[in-house]
Amino acid sequence: MNTELFGIIATYLLTVVLAIPLGIYLSKVFAGEKVWTDFLKPLENGIYKLSGINVKEQMNWKQHMKALMTINLVWLVYGFFVLLQQDKLPLNPDGNPGMSPDLAFNTIISFVVNCNLQHYSGESGVSYLTQHFVLMFLQFVSAATGIAAAVVFFKAFRDKTTTSLGNFWEFFVKSITRLLLPLSVIMGLILAFNGTPTSYQGKDQFISLQGDTVHVSRGPAAGFIAIKHLGTNGGGWFGANSAHPLENPSYLTNMVEMIAQVIIPIAMVIAFGYFIRRKKLAWMIFGVMTIGMLLLLLPTLSSELGGNPAIAKMGVSQATGAMEGKEVRFGPTASAYWSTVTTIISTGSVNSMHDSGMPLTGLWQLLGMMINSFYGGCGVGMLNYFIYLIIAVFISGLMVGRTPEFLGHKVEAREVKIAALITLLSPFLILAGTAIAAYVFTNHGGAAWAVQPKTWLNNPGFHGFSEMLYEMTSSNANNGSGFEGLGDGNTFWNVSTGFVLLLGRFLPIIGPVAIAGLLGAKKFIPESAGTLKTDTLTFSLMTFAVILVLNALSYFPALALGPLAEYFTLFK
Amino acid sequence: MKKYLLQSIRLTVVLLVLLCGAYPLFLSFAGGFSKGKGGGEKIMVDGKVVGYALIGQSFTKPQYFWGRPSAVSYNAAGSGGSNKAASNPDYEKDVQNRLDTLLKYHPYLQKSEIPSDMVTASGSGLDPNISEQGAAIQIKRVAEFRKVNEKTVADLVAQNTEHPLFGLFGPSKVNVLKLNVALDNLKK
Repeated sequence: MNTELFGIIATYLLTVVLAIPLGIYLSKVFAGEKVWTDFLKPLENGIYKLSGINVKEQMNWKQHMKALMTINLVWLVYGFFVLLQQDKLPLNPDGNPGMSPDLAFNTIISFVVNCNLQHYSGESGVSYLTQHFVLMFLQFVSAATGIAAAVVFFKAFRDKTTTSLGNFWEFFVKSITRLLLPLSVIMGLILAFNGTPTSYQGKDQFISLQGDTVHVSRGPAAGFIAIKHLGTNGGGWFGANSAHPLENPSYLTNMVEMIAQVIIPIAMVIAFGYFIRRKKLAWMIFGVMTIGMLLLLLPTLSSELGGNPAIAKMGVSQATGAMEGKEVRFGPTASAYWSTVTTIISTGSVNSMHDSGMPLTGLWQLLGMMINSFYGGCGVGMLNYFIYLIIAVFISGLMVGRTPEFLGHKVEAREVKIAALITLLSPFLILAGTAIAAYVFTNHGGAAWAVQPKTWLNNPGFHGFSEMLYEMTSSNANNGSGFEGLGDGNTFWNVSTGFVLLLGRFLPIIGPVAIAGLLGAKKFIPESAGTLKTDTLTFSLMTFAVILVLNALSYFPALALGPLAEYFTLFK
Repeated sequence: MKKYLLQSIRLTVVLLVLLCGAYPLFLSFAGGFSKGKGGGEKIMVDGKVVGYALIGQSFTKPQYFWGRPSAVSYNAAGSGGSNKAASNPDYEKDVQNRLDTLLKYHPYLQKSEIPSDMVTASGSGLDPNISEQGAAIQIKRVAEFRKVNEKTVADLVAQNTEHPLFGLFGPSKVNVLKLNVALDNLKK
């Protein structure tokens, strides 16, 4: 029991200890200062040369976004067709079929937007070719896209007044060569030497000890699992994701995978502070995020370690906590910790089945994804937090009766409008999406579709509603975890979540980058006695309150209908 | 716009070679030096593969220690949990049935001795482990069926118990397949 608690405390401390130097390193890399990885420059120059890129070319925020959208569009088109045709392409030793158009549509969007919602199972739905050349490729480049966009935002606040925000391709390529790829190699090796397969051999077959014939799916998974965590992607090689013993063989690999998914999001916060030379601000942001994380983690632990009252009633001992959907080698404590970090950060990989968690655990998971910026995904976590900051600056400005300022730039109507729209987008997509799904389920349950809507849910009552709410929330947050009992492998869910994924990714990137670009171009106002300081404890509390109030107002009714109602039924 | 498009396509091709060619091939090469040579560590008995160290398998015969319930019946060509909610009444019935079965084959047990991992399905459906307590409750049955001393079986369980990482982190556990192979070796 205690060893389980020590395990997660050590994991978190190690994460922070590694993330701080990594953040300082990243700020230097993106500022173009000297770092020890400069020996990789020839590789980068080679990449630029082969791609016809001149990194000296400075871009403004609009050009950055054009470049970002263009390359993302290329990936969408490329991946869609490869997924459709995977059965006719090489590296398919298990002979898996091509994807249907609606499944390919959902899958390619899901991986381009760093979500990795999976409406297929890795063992039977994709080939080694698509696992590597489409899905793993996108795990690298979608994470790099998020990081590059965040660096554009950093850049806008580094100099007093500027419109030249660096070169998108440079930020993007460096995110891969200086960060994601080297860390993935290290982590891939750790996994490979702890039991995760790396060879391209197909399915194996053997006779078990008591005489059954067993087939085992395998494949070169180690590299995929490394970047799936480092890039906060979360899509699994196997259907059961990181609960699968080949994907996450031991407690050691479990710690490594938990550290890997949190390390870059924390490092980006530190990097922000060092990059714009305002370290105190970064520590304040880190503080707010950490308190937010703890407020979600501690009740999650308490709810999981308490066990299931229905099972307690039968007289079975739940010494370590609720075990349904969990693995013995991790135990309920590490599974609860994982479920918190994977939802506050937009990873969405799982080492236990969230659908079988306790009702309140589901509540905290949902809330983590709704807030989506307690650390948050690779790069995009900072961008989401920036929106909350702008709203907090605006409200504080109103309270003291001054034109609000952020880091020496006046925040005016245009910026606040963008921030407000982005803030409203999430509740709109999540609630409207869930409402439509619930409407179809209740009123058209018998529709003559390939999968009848009335068969969607794996669990009755309030929890069934939570399954639909979770799917939409996870899509909007680009998280990718699921209450996997939901029958989501059909046209309705493929298409509806596909659109939620797209809108929930690109608008919350373009919005904050636009605000940063607009602010950065404005005249710099030196600090005076009347300046609202953003790196104080008071302002941090204000930001925290804004996050809390906005999300409570948006989501309380939906959460009350799902996990809260389920809780009061189970614990009556 | 056209310039960005051309650059995007060329950059994508270059990165495909680096990230999907060089990177996994390097790992695949390095993984060849691991215990399972990159294909997963296998357990052999008399020169024959009887399973993967990390993949749980179905044990239903009385001479073996049993693993956890599995939502995919230990079919490792797939994987997954039951995804049953804690509040689902059907799920309660499932657990009750598993409990009744366990009690039937282990009539000497009190309910409170049974740990929850023995009546709940794992996340992957392929969990290779059970808890120490999960093994302890089966010792008497296995020993009786194999007509060996209970102490001998208990010693085997103790030998096959994996302790927390560095003695500090995580739970203790028993690998069911390794324990059963050790049991079979006992006879010889």
